[in-house]
Amino acid sequence: MQDFLDFKAISKGYPGVQALADVSFSVKKGAVHGLMGENGAGKSTLIRVLSGDQSADTGEIRIDGHLQHYRSVRDAFEAGVIVIHQELQLVPELTVAENLWLGRFPGKAGVIDRTRLVGVVKEKLADIGIDIDPTVKVAALSIGERQMVEIAKAVMADARVIALDEPTSSLSSRESEILFTLIDRLRAQGKVILYVSHRLDEIFRLCDSLTVLRDGKLAAHHPEIAKVTRDQIIAEMVGREISNIWGFRPRERGAIRLEVKDLSGRKLRTPISFNVRQGEILGFFGLIGAGRSEMARLVYGADSRAQGTVTVDGATVTPDSPPQSIRSGIVLCPEDRKFDGIVQGRNIEENMAISSRRHFSPFGLLQPKKEAELAERFIAKLRVRTPSRKQDIINLSGGNQQKVILGRWLSEQGVKVLIIDEPTRGIDVGAKSEIYEILYELAGQGMAIIVISSELPEVMGITDRIMVMCEGRVAADIERADFDERRILAAALPDVSNASELPNQQVQSR
Amino acid sequence: MTSLKKLLLGEQGLVVIFAVAFAIVALTVPNFLTERNMLGLLQSVVTIGIVACTMMFCLASRDFDLSVGSTVAFSGMVAVMASNASGSILIGLIAALICGGGVGLVNGVVIARFRINALITTLATMQIVRGLALIASDGRAVGINDPGFYQLALSKFLGIPTPIWVMIAFFIVFGFILNRTVFGKNTLAIGGNPEASRLAGVNVSNMRVWIFALQGLVCAVAGVLLASRITSGQPNAATGLELSVISACVLGGVSLAGGRAAMTGVIVGVLIMGIAENVMNLLNIQAFYQYVVRGLILLLAVLLDNLRSAAAGRRT
Repeated sequence: MQDFLDFKAISKGYPGVQALADVSFSVKKGAVHGLMGENGAGKSTLIRVLSGDQSADTGEIRIDGHLQHYRSVRDAFEAGVIVIHQELQLVPELTVAENLWLGRFPGKAGVIDRTRLVGVVKEKLADIGIDIDPTVKVAALSIGERQMVEIAKAVMADARVIALDEPTSSLSSRESEILFTLIDRLRAQGKVILYVSHRLDEIFRLCDSLTVLRDGKLAAHHPEIAKVTRDQIIAEMVGREISNIWGFRPRERGAIRLEVKDLSGRKLRTPISFNVRQGEILGFFGLIGAGRSEMARLVYGADSRAQGTVTVDGATVTPDSPPQSIRSGIVLCPEDRKFDGIVQGRNIEENMAISSRRHFSPFGLLQPKKEAELAERFIAKLRVRTPSRKQDIINLSGGNQQKVILGRWLSEQGVKVLIIDEPTRGIDVGAKSEIYEILYELAGQGMAIIVISSELPEVMGITDRIMVMCEGRVAADIERADFDERRILAAALPDVSNASELPNQQVQSR
Repeated sequence: MTSLKKLLLGEQGLVVIFAVAFAIVALTVPNFLTERNMLGLLQSVVTIGIVACTMMFCLASRDFDLSVGSTVAFSGMVAVMASNASGSILIGLIAALICGGGVGLVNGVVIARFRINALITTLATMQIVRGLALIASDGRAVGINDPGFYQLALSKFLGIPTPIWVMIAFFIVFGFILNRTVFGKNTLAIGGNPEASRLAGVNVSNMRVWIFALQGLVCAVAGVLLASRITSGQPNAATGLELSVISACVLGGVSLAGGRAAMTGVIVGVLIMGIAENVMNLLNIQAFYQYVVRGLILLLAVLLDNLRSAAAGRRT
């Protein structure tokens, strides 16, 4: 069979990061093609380029030999390319049939032909073997069923290429199995399926071929998946040279500073326990959605907790709100700087002083001089690059925004525990090292630091110990001396530990 | 052209436009720039001006209060009835403040603690409170018994009526609170990014309760002055006030999306509303047209604001 979907030398850069560099591979008609890689390896960018959501800087996409020129999701849709995202795009208050027809309802003069509306959908659903009543509202369906509807929508639109972005992440194993059967049927109908997943067993169960991306580059392309092994894929995902931007310095670790016991909440159901010592940098690694940020928000009191205690230097504090947490000496630099970190429209000075000004503002009266001093001090200390402290924070680069947020906490009094979630996401290399230096210095002063990161090299590069999380649980707790990329990644990937029993031969043959 | 554009779209653009408009009106409209007319103009914006002070905080923190008109009428009513019943103006004043503050507190608690949308909550309290005013007075105006009560509005200091002084004092006090206190900065921070502010240690829900409570108290002050000026508690007083006040704030550059507010802007907004009405009265334009003109001014102001935001590159 000939190649149907062709990526040729696709490159895409964002400010400060080359998300895709010269990626080329092709997929045959009627094939399920796996796409793997660590967080940030470029999978999402590739899918975005394919879906027309973003355009590549250079390179071309061909479908069935025809060069594609699309500039929008609409164009890609017309060309028969449909991406099914993790967040589904259905209207809950409409029925299944209405959702499938949305945008081009059958009928005359604006009056919907209800017989056709339901009839055609019934046929289509039966055709691909989905057992869902088309007259039911989408709101009444389970997540798994909604996913089916989403796929049916793609089929209904005569999609030739369907990309699925981690479709099983919120499905039960039974629902996943139904999804796999559906995908098998689509394959038999000659569709091209691009399947993005972190789960190796699914890749082996479903895919005919596989591409592994790493740091935006093509790490490996396997036209026949039967010829690869699990270990080989993990090695390809990881295998990079570790450069020395980390500048790690070993430190003395003192007594236990932060002790978390049986902490759980609505978004983190399994209770979690761990401790961090004085001067220790503890890393939390895991895939997106593994529960790391949820853990951080619980410790900080940003989300309400179901049970558990938090102790700082032996005193139980268990904060119910950020202000309480700050008073107990626990601070958080949130994962999403834009939405949870910076206060847009306010300048650097105000963003820095927002919490610590209460210490020097008698009766709530501002002391502009003291705020200015504070801002100047931390701008210099943290080397924030800005024309002035009066600059709106939105105009700073990601690295400088992160430094301002660090400054916000360094200007507080008695900070004992610093939780920093994705410290360097979207930050260029130079600023990265500076931020690491700051963390080492703080740890050196006895602060307990928790670094949450999706970048394995970063966690391995800068921490003393790593807790690996997987699907809301702690999957491993590894000391620096025992750091091993494969071991850490294997612990972070769901189902890999018991998946080794799954024989590769189980791969579908057509 | 570019420098003119800069002037109009800059920080002080509204003030510039206001000054130009004021000069034109002063030169072309007869009887406008007289002491009597100026005082009348200021008198006419006292209620809007006072209530706009706290509405500014409300909007700046991304909230909304539709219940101000009802609260003004209700607390004016309460002031008159309580002072008539007790024979003490002071008791009337205190009763009004308690009722006004109470309404605000209820708004704040429902919105911040129970997380009900501010628009819906205050739409509800707007009707409830108006209903209470009507019930208390049986739908009729209640006259003031003690002539001393009139003096609140009639008395003058340095030739300027007391209510205008009160309004000026409020402008100064709330301008100070906005710019020079932690309360003001936190209000703007909440409006700029509520979640980031919460994670930065600002007690967002307490702040919101306080802002609404303050709004209620300020409405009570405005209600008392209004009752004194119209010499009675009127259950139907100040209908539509909420819209005028929000218009004035928006005219003054307060962002409905929160995070942006300036006292000078609000003062100018209030004055523009007052001048438009005053000029139309002086020119004997039928009252019906005034609605159209007020609406047009508001639209123009919002368009201008949009241009200004685009020029400042703040839309991200």
